[in-house]
Amino acid sequence: MDQKTQASILSIQNLKTHFFSRKGVARAVDGVSFDLIPGQVLGIVGESGCGKSVTAQSVMGLVPNPPGKVVGGKIFFHHRDLLTLTVQELRKIRGAGIAMIFQEPMTSLNPVYTIGNQISEMFRLHKKLGKKQALAAAIDMLERVQIPSPHKRVHEYPHQLSGGMRQRAMIAMAMSCNPEILIADEPTTALDVTVQAQILDLMHRLKEEFSTAIQLITHDLGVIAEMADQVVVMYAGQVVEQARTVELFQHTLHPYTRGLLASIPVLGHRTLGKDEDLVEIKGMIPSLYDLPAGCRFSNRCPKVMDMCKNHLPDLIDMGGGHQVRCWLHTREMIS
Amino acid sequence: MTSPLVTVTDLKVHFPIKKGILAKTVGHVYAVDGISFDIMPGETIGIVGESGCGKTTAGMAMVQLTPVTSGAVLWKGRDMAEMTRSELRALRREMQLIFQDPYSSLNPRMTVRQILSDPMDVHGLFTGHQRKERIDFLLDTVGLSPGQADLYPHEFSGGQRQRIGIARALALDPCLIIGDEPVSALDVSIQAQIINLLKRLKRDFNLSLIIISHDLAVVEYICDRIIVMYLGKIVEAADYASLYKNPRHPYTRTLMSAIPVPDPARRTRRIILKGDVPSPISPPDGCRFHTRCPDRMEICHKQEPAMRRFGNRHTAACHLYTDEQAEPVENKPKAKEKIS
Ligand SMILES: Nc1ncnc2c1ncn2[C@@H]1O[C@H](COP(=O)(O)OP(=O)(O)OP(=O)(O)O)[C@@H](O)[C@H]1O
Ligand SMILES: Nc1ncnc2c1ncn2[C@@H]1O[C@H](COP(=O)(O)OP(=O)(O)OP(=O)(O)O)[C@@H](O)[C@H]1O
Ligand code: SF4
Ligand code: SF4
Ligand SMILES: [Mg+2]
Ligand SMILES: [Mg+2]
Repeated sequence: MDQKTQASILSIQNLKTHFFSRKGVARAVDGVSFDLIPGQVLGIVGESGCGKSVTAQSVMGLVPNPPGKVVGGKIFFHHRDLLTLTVQELRKIRGAGIAMIFQEPMTSLNPVYTIGNQISEMFRLHKKLGKKQALAAAIDMLERVQIPSPHKRVHEYPHQLSGGMRQRAMIAMAMSCNPEILIADEPTTALDVTVQAQILDLMHRLKEEFSTAIQLITHDLGVIAEMADQVVVMYAGQVVEQARTVELFQHTLHPYTRGLLASIPVLGHRTLGKDEDLVEIKGMIPSLYDLPAGCRFSNRCPKVMDMCKNHLPDLIDMGGGHQVRCWLHTREMIS
Repeated sequence: MTSPLVTVTDLKVHFPIKKGILAKTVGHVYAVDGISFDIMPGETIGIVGESGCGKTTAGMAMVQLTPVTSGAVLWKGRDMAEMTRSELRALRREMQLIFQDPYSSLNPRMTVRQILSDPMDVHGLFTGHQRKERIDFLLDTVGLSPGQADLYPHEFSGGQRQRIGIARALALDPCLIIGDEPVSALDVSIQAQIINLLKRLKRDFNLSLIIISHDLAVVEYICDRIIVMYLGKIVEAADYASLYKNPRHPYTRTLMSAIPVPDPARRTRRIILKGDVPSPISPPDGCRFHTRCPDRMEICHKQEPAMRRFGNRHTAACHLYTDEQAEPVENKPKAKEKIS
């Protein structure tokens, strides 16, 4: 095992972010903990609505309030709890220390400014560069993210770029101040696989070059397998399994993770004679306003036992940092 | 030998680009630019390719929902362009569509029963007491319960709505269903349910299916034959196993290698394409893939490669290969002159 002993740069501890509405309280993030390590990719995977984006929004201080609110936990960045900082202090960190990219590049690119304008602004603001130097730095950054003819593109507006190029421009902007942490929320979901391959390759090289810690949110287990060093599997607001990537894929413990892995069509499986039906996870994710009393997966779990329905299992370390939240595995450990 | 259900011959769909007050045509989007293929009864065909390569347009042209510029679509040997209105209307019964977005493709103000009854009313089928029986049967077939017939779309999850869309497509016992990205908008765990359902329907009803998808893995899982499109053209077509084992066209290979494999022990070096798909308004000369092809040669940007046959059901259009029964060129690297 290549247990990295490096210290974590971002430590999320028992984070709780809830949404309050007339329907009741949606515990979108309900006691989530994980660490980001420099030069490593932490993948977060799970079904739509399980709380992946809200976790990221909580770190960035972007949870819409109301209706949302971080109601518990700590987020340590350089030994400071981000949740205790003022808006101004947070804004400073957001630019230089922690950057975020989204599925839709236009959420961070401004349509009325050229991309050169927007990227050099980052350099002027955070690195105090002059106008000329900042533009040169912007061109350099566009070159690094492999935008063709960056001298020309730097003067173009976002709408003049293709989807893949916009995504790269957004990454260039996010990386322009050497952030220690990059949070990428479904950065390639809207792109073709060929362009996705370019973007993933780019993120990989940036990580190696700058030792950036990357939090990569995706619902694609293929992307996880390819990119992540460590994986967090979320279900209905909670972490249900966490492990090093190879460990998670080879010694999958949680029935939900197993279901996810068995439910994806893998290129070549049918040709190679594995023409069975895909495994279906029956039913659907429960409403956050109406969660089962016990294990949140219990209404869909093929291994459900009586105790599962009324008792929520804890997330328990099974050794070597492999954590799982399931009575099948934790029964013996607590009795 | 059985004859094809559908024969598509050199089909072209060009959309005019109009400018100015006089709406003068200043150019064309060559969305589909000369494609040919057959669909046999009971066969499932997958059409794959990057966004904008013309997959949806090809599907829409086949059901006459978009004007065809040239070429022909034959339905059981009859040219659809020569059919009368009433013939076409009858044909609509036999060809049905399933859409990508299970939210916007169902009328929110209609119950499931009304949604399913609508096509039956239009064609005057399953009237009287047969109606209820038919609706119960359809719901059961797609894995919903007859008790859900009087609910509205918003009372269902995404996967369930897609099932309703499939039930609607099945309502009139069609011979052919075209699914345009039928699982793309669904979560993986739900995707598996719908993929299994489509596979089961094709088995149970001897349906012909066309699955349009950008996801080669999904298509390989469901389809007998796969057509790979690039910028309005077919670059390769083959049975799924032949395509997977022996992809001939560099674009197919790139597409396959770009798909992330859900197995961290198999992290392989991918072929990473440079740049984006060129615009279908002014597609590159010669081979349309030459601007991005890792294998391109001198000839590629001058001459369009002909479709070549590899074995009886595998075709590809690429200059890397020569002549009939084409085999790969020996010493491929030598044959390749790098241009930059
Ligand atoms: N602005 C909001 N108002 C009310 N509830 C919200 C809001 N944003 C998120 N939620 C709730 O939080 C839950 C988690 O949402 P989140 O966006 O984190 O999901 P996700 O895992 O990122 O899903 P996806 O894969 O669809 O992006 C949702 O189920 C939703 O109920
Ligand atoms: N009605 C139209 N008028 C003009 N151009 C069109 C029209 N419909 C499609 N196009 C263009 O034709 C090309 C092919 O579009 P089409 O929707 O068939 O692609 P696709 O392969 O289905 O892509 P996607 O995967 O994004 O759905 C695109 O460049 C598109 O912009
Ligand atoms: S705790 Fe029980 S219901 Fe939950 S995942 Fe484990 S076995 Fe299944
Ligand atoms: S014809 Fe030339 S450019 Fe086109 S795919 Fe073949 S090798 Fe590549
Ligand atoms: Mg999200
Ligand atoms: Mg389409």
